Amino acid sequence: MNMSAAVPITVSASAPPPPAAQGTPREKITVRNLDFFYGTSRALKSISVPLYANRATAFIGPSGCGKSTLLRILNRMYDLYPNQRAAGEVTLDGQDILSPSQDLNLLRARVGMVFQKPTPFPMTIYENIAFGVRLYEKLGKGELDARVESALRRSALWDEVKDKLHASGLSLSGGQQQRLCIARTVAVQPEVILLDEPCSALDPISTAKIEELIDELRDDYTIVIVTHNMQQAARVSDYTAFMYLGELIEFGETPAMFTTPRDKRTQDYITGRFG
Amino acid sequence: MSEVALQAMPMTETPATYRQKVLGRLRLSDRLFFWLTRAAALTVLGILGAVIVALMIGAWPALQEFGFGFLVTESWNPVTEKFGAIAPVYGTLITSLIAMLIAVPVGLLIAVFLTELCPLWLRKPIGIAIELLAGIPSIIYGIWGLFVFAPFLQQTVQPALIELFGPIPLLNTIFAGPPYGIGMLTAGLILAIMVLPFITSISRDVFEAVPPVLKEAAYGLGCTTWEVVRYVVLPYTRLGVIGGVMLGLGRALGETMAVTFVIGNAHRISGSILAPGTTISATIANEFTEAVGDLYTSALIALGLILFVITFIVLACARLMLMRIDRKAGNK
Amino acid sequence: MSQRMLSLYASRRRRNRLAMGLSIGATVFGLAWLALILMALLLHGFSGLSLDVFTQMTPPPGSSGGLLNPIIGSLILTILAIVIGAPLGVLAGTYLAEYGRFEKLSSVVRFINDILLSAPSIVIGLFIYEVVVAPMGHFSGFAGALSLAVIVVPVVLRTTEDMLTLVPNGLREAAASIGLPRSLMIRRIAYRAARAGMVTGVLLAVARIAGETAPLLFTALNNQFWSTNLNAPMASLPVVIFQFALSPYADWQRLAWTGALIITLTVLALSILARSLVSSGKSQ
Repeated sequence: MNMSAAVPITVSASAPPPPAAQGTPREKITVRNLDFFYGTSRALKSISVPLYANRATAFIGPSGCGKSTLLRILNRMYDLYPNQRAAGEVTLDGQDILSPSQDLNLLRARVGMVFQKPTPFPMTIYENIAFGVRLYEKLGKGELDARVESALRRSALWDEVKDKLHASGLSLSGGQQQRLCIARTVAVQPEVILLDEPCSALDPISTAKIEELIDELRDDYTIVIVTHNMQQAARVSDYTAFMYLGELIEFGETPAMFTTPRDKRTQDYITGRFG
Repeated sequence: MSEVALQAMPMTETPATYRQKVLGRLRLSDRLFFWLTRAAALTVLGILGAVIVALMIGAWPALQEFGFGFLVTESWNPVTEKFGAIAPVYGTLITSLIAMLIAVPVGLLIAVFLTELCPLWLRKPIGIAIELLAGIPSIIYGIWGLFVFAPFLQQTVQPALIELFGPIPLLNTIFAGPPYGIGMLTAGLILAIMVLPFITSISRDVFEAVPPVLKEAAYGLGCTTWEVVRYVVLPYTRLGVIGGVMLGLGRALGETMAVTFVIGNAHRISGSILAPGTTISATIANEFTEAVGDLYTSALIALGLILFVITFIVLACARLMLMRIDRKAGNK
Repeated sequence: MSQRMLSLYASRRRRNRLAMGLSIGATVFGLAWLALILMALLLHGFSGLSLDVFTQMTPPPGSSGGLLNPIIGSLILTILAIVIGAPLGVLAGTYLAEYGRFEKLSSVVRFINDILLSAPSIVIGLFIYEVVVAPMGHFSGFAGALSLAVIVVPVVLRTTEDMLTLVPNGLREAAASIGLPRSLMIRRIAYRAARAGMVTGVLLAVARIAGETAPLLFTALNNQFWSTNLNAPMASLPVVIFQFALSPYADWQRLAWTGALIITLTVLALSILARSLVSSGKSQ
């Protein structure tokens, strides 16, 4: 594990043993000394954090702490907007994704994202999923159908929509739309999935379904989830990072974070004293 | 990029190299599309530039021949090839002035009605009706003006005006007879009907943008509806209203067909607004295809250039004002 | 309340009533014109509406005929103008909304476009005369279509930009998040989301040019005869109305009224269609 110098003290003090006992987890993404600027205002201050393969890492913290900003750096979503700039190092499988030569479309195909509000495309349920797949792969009709079905099954939506695949994606309920978006992301076969408060617009039942889903997806993907719901972070993640005012305060294994936080601010936050 | 291949992907069946190839192809079409749209945006600038250059080249012979005198000479004689722009410029300004004198107060009052008085269920139909009025092609106004409106004015309004103002000095020159029916006043009135919907819809939009708390505060002081409009809404929306008025003025100045039908096409400056006259656009529409000789054609294009310059300035002012409003609203 | 305040209040109320009365009066006044114009059109134009109008050529004075050649001419000119102008407007609008939203260049283009939007159409006609008709040496349907296309561009550009700006950024990010390149995101996602509004823009442009006369006077000119040759003068409904209305012949004038009715109904139908498209797009 090469997480000694750059990673905050709380972690480097004791490298966490993997929760699932299958050897040390591999670092899929490594963030080192990352700064981020909206114009001239600095939204992230020298963040360093590892994100492990086949693990779910949750980012928690009060609104405006920079957790969503960090997430949007991992697939360089910020590049869509002017005057936003990241400095530092973020590597995906050892390769710097902040470098100007990085092909953004390829990066985003490898690092998928699910957003706070469900964002189905204005097309049919089937097309919503097939669209992204067709872009990168030449599949026959049968193969494509199979891919759509498997993506919908993975996101636990298949049974609800199998009879109306050609209805508009917008006709689904909010929770279904969000699972459709997860299916769409999964279908492209990314390596990392970023989830930006994926349940904040959903009812409790849909939330439970999505959390279950995240739990399953962890077997195949690197999961990074931003949430303001601490119970959710505790339920779905292996590692938790607490951010505050653009800084990473504490990072560690989820059970440890919630039972024995080292930093006073983390303690205050998870016991509900602010945020 | 071998990492991609080495990476144990779930359901792996796609060679990463294929994705690379696809992306290479997409990158090219991505650039192409970007430059295509950018070229289109630049073309819009190019069109405006080309209009100005083409008009200048076309107008050059006349401007060279007559110089500054073109702007201040009244004579318009194709036979002797003496051309001056003052009569059509005068007609253009006077007809637009008449139009604005009527359309501005009426348009503002309609906007007040729509935003302050009108029951909600009636707002939409009236709004649509006003916008339909804006959509009627100008040639329709022309044919209606010639066959319906002008005879009506000739028989009723114009004699009454002549009689009413006959004994009053100055006004009796402005409204000197005989009642032709067609003429500057008729053209101005038709222009008023045409620009009315523009002024109404822009004023309504800016009135609606007044923050409700501002109006509520005034009502809370016991203000009447009129006082709220007069002392809160109008001052707050002044810039937008002026912008809308200028936009309407730009329309009135450049309007062609409606005016051509009813202006009378007389190349002279008359003190009476009941007399026939001409405007820049009417002159061009009436004479361009029949113009013989390069100088005649060039003089007409020079008129077009003058019209374009005037409307450009008016429209640019209007847009700048409306843009300031947008920026103000955007900052909130 | 004191007597003085009450009497002051009474005068304020009187003034308010007067102003409100005037605003109601102004609205009635404004709407009356729409009614008057439509009534006159129906009165003068409806009687002439018969099958002949759509099957016969324009007649010489004193004999009967129809408006077939100008109707076809108008259709050809309008379609050609849209085919030339709409893609240009859509592409330029796309640049302003998608690529250059915050650029200086975009605000300049936006400004110039707004001016072109209300520029006098007769000047556009002069422009096309100078750059197309004069060099070619003769009037032509093609020149007419080009001048109409110059009018189409700003209308379509404006609505395209407005409608694309309404597409939520979330949709763009979602498209990007599955690795969609920008151009595909625009063409497959943003266009689809803004489709109703963009079609509306094109319809509004059609409505705008369907009755446009001034720029055709010295570009497409007119043609008494059946002609679909784009390289020759071409008849159009508005120009024929202009010519026939100003003629001294009663039967020509009647045809002009009928033509005016046809144009007005077409334009009104188009703008109502466009409006309903926008509202159905919004409720989606």
